[in-house]
Amino acid sequence: MLMKDGLRIDGRKPDELRKIKIEAGVLYRADGSCYLEWGGNKIMAAVYGPREALPRHIQDPTKALVNARYNMASFSVEERKRPGPDRRSTEISKVTSEALENVIFTELFPRATIDVCIEVLDAEAGTRCAGITAAAVALADAGIPMRDIPVACAAGKVDGMVVLDLTSEEDKEGEADLPIAIAPRTEEILLMQMDGHLTYQEFEEALELAIKGCKQIAKLQKEALMKKYESFEEE
Amino acid sequence: MIRKIVLPGTVIGDAKDKLPGKGTFKEGDKIYSSRLGILEEKGKYLNVIPLSGVYDPSVGDTVIGVVEEVYKNAWIIDINAPYPALLSPEESPWKVEYGETSKYLKTGDVIIAIVSYINEAKNIEVSMKGRPCRKIDDGIIIEVQPSKVPRIIGKNASMLNILKKHTGCWIFVGQNGRIWIKGEDEKVNLLIKAIRKIEKEAHTFGLTERIIKMLGG
Amino acid sequence: MDISEIGRLSSVRRDYLARLAKEGKRPDGRGFDEYRPIKIEKNVLRNAEGSARVKIGNTMVLAGIKLEVGEPYPDTPEKGAMSTSAELPPLASPEFEPGPPKPGAIELARVVDRGIRESEYIDLEKLCIEPGEKVWIVFIDLHVLDYDGNLFDASSLAASAALQNAIIPNERYELGENEPLPVRKPPISCTFVKYSDAIVVDPCLDEEEIAEARFTVALDENGNIRAIQKGLSGSFTIDEIKNNIKRAQFHARNIRKLLEEENGKKDKES
Repeated sequence: MLMKDGLRIDGRKPDELRKIKIEAGVLYRADGSCYLEWGGNKIMAAVYGPREALPRHIQDPTKALVNARYNMASFSVEERKRPGPDRRSTEISKVTSEALENVIFTELFPRATIDVCIEVLDAEAGTRCAGITAAAVALADAGIPMRDIPVACAAGKVDGMVVLDLTSEEDKEGEADLPIAIAPRTEEILLMQMDGHLTYQEFEEALELAIKGCKQIAKLQKEALMKKYESFEEE
Repeated sequence: MIRKIVLPGTVIGDAKDKLPGKGTFKEGDKIYSSRLGILEEKGKYLNVIPLSGVYDPSVGDTVIGVVEEVYKNAWIIDINAPYPALLSPEESPWKVEYGETSKYLKTGDVIIAIVSYINEAKNIEVSMKGRPCRKIDDGIIIEVQPSKVPRIIGKNASMLNILKKHTGCWIFVGQNGRIWIKGEDEKVNLLIKAIRKIEKEAHTFGLTERIIKMLGG
Repeated sequence: MDISEIGRLSSVRRDYLARLAKEGKRPDGRGFDEYRPIKIEKNVLRNAEGSARVKIGNTMVLAGIKLEVGEPYPDTPEKGAMSTSAELPPLASPEFEPGPPKPGAIELARVVDRGIRESEYIDLEKLCIEPGEKVWIVFIDLHVLDYDGNLFDASSLAASAALQNAIIPNERYELGENEPLPVRKPPISCTFVKYSDAIVVDPCLDEEEIAEARFTVALDENGNIRAIQKGLSGSFTIDEIKNNIKRAQFHARNIRKLLEEENGKKDKES
């Protein structure tokens, strides 16, 4: 039983997000950075570049490459993970790079690369969405020209009900998971993956819910970026 | 106290009565910011002055470069941009024989140069002909966010003059975010602190007054 | 204050640091025997059995502890085991590259490991579940988040702090209730670099870039020496080495106090 009296095991309503905290510009060396806590997820994202893509044969003379690397710290999960990439993180890195590239004016930086590093320090379901959300803030913080700030969130199906932002238990025992990333201004879909079992009606409902969630998180991203420039007089 | 800050994707105006300037783009009948920065209206143009980001070179910029590689007939100069620049012997102040480039500039040497050529693929060339180009041998070089350079210089070099007057230091600001400083150690330290403050508070009003106060003016 | 990035490679920068050193000064205004501010935060992660985030100046390292049940080494059938790794992800520096651990990351992990192992900080004898069959294996994973010099001391301190609050996850393996990881007094690591005839403690990145030689020593609570690592191609005189150790004894006392204060704070809270 994952639902009781219309509430979920952690007490949330079906359309309620977990608690999210976003901080922009937290690292010293990176050109842009973001620390994000989302439920039990803790993510650090950094952006380097645009810088010359090396070795030279990977350069594109017409645009910058967007190269995201999603990495899980070995202690970020219950069973210690061997350090280094695996098939799952390689796939997430690929779809993340593609989603972020969509909004970046890459043609302004031919032959360059924009490197996006996403480190999952603590994981509790939904790390790819949390990673994209953090990376987008880091990109804006780094001054990368973009037509929008991407944001990501998942919806799914639990005990026959469509719900927003799954926990680990809901992800494992629920019927479906639908993570998406969007450009919030135009609602274009930048990333979509799904596994499980949904009717068309349920899919529509889940998509609508996920977009609603994305828009709430987009507000938090913007607040975090503005906050960095409000707190200047302290020092 | 804070100037109007905009983010990528923020609507900043109507394309019917305004034109998209630097750091902006047009979509439909609206103008949007493409950067995190400060909104500025200049005539019909809406510009966004970035608050962060790498140095984007333009022809005519005076920059401080570091020699990255030495070839027999050219130097590769790091100008703090995403791309290195080429300096050819003809564009140097010296008469360089083939193969003798390293007599004049070695890896790690620092120069003041002018961006002389950029093409579409962002191949960049610099020149050391004319003022204020030269090799730098002493003092110290600090790096600031290139987007903050206009604020460090100020309108008609007003901020720069304040920094010079109150510290007695020699200061040269490259457009690429590198600054050459010479002076007494204590004064240099104070100057660097002031520059870091300008960098951090570039988006605020009343900064000039705060800097004068800090420098004990 | 922080000085340039590319500027540090330049000859001007090199000459400037050398001149400062001759006058007894450092680029960020510190004395030769002055650490940058140290900040220790413990228990910052949920999935790790123990964790700590340590900042020394702008350098930031996260340590996470995981425990697993495994087989003991044949020569120590009644003792638990420990293993230390370090990740230097490209997040932490424009110079770090993805891929398998480079020699620098392996050296870092091994030096931190030696300090902990040789000071017998973890009571491995209490980590035996079934002699010769099952013991606890303690994984110490160091994750560098921001690199501005002196990873050795930041990593060692993060590991020590993380082990202090680690638990044995008995419940996950149905071995009873969770309990604190048995630890004794932590080792304290202290690192020096030498450039332009100056030897300074806690080098920032600018100083590491031009360092000729590096010296790290891990000391126990009595100021006794438990591990040493000399690095880089330059050399130290015998007197310099002796002096480094004496200087380290002074610094280690202060850092140990800081760690103990942090430990006391956490105990009161819980």
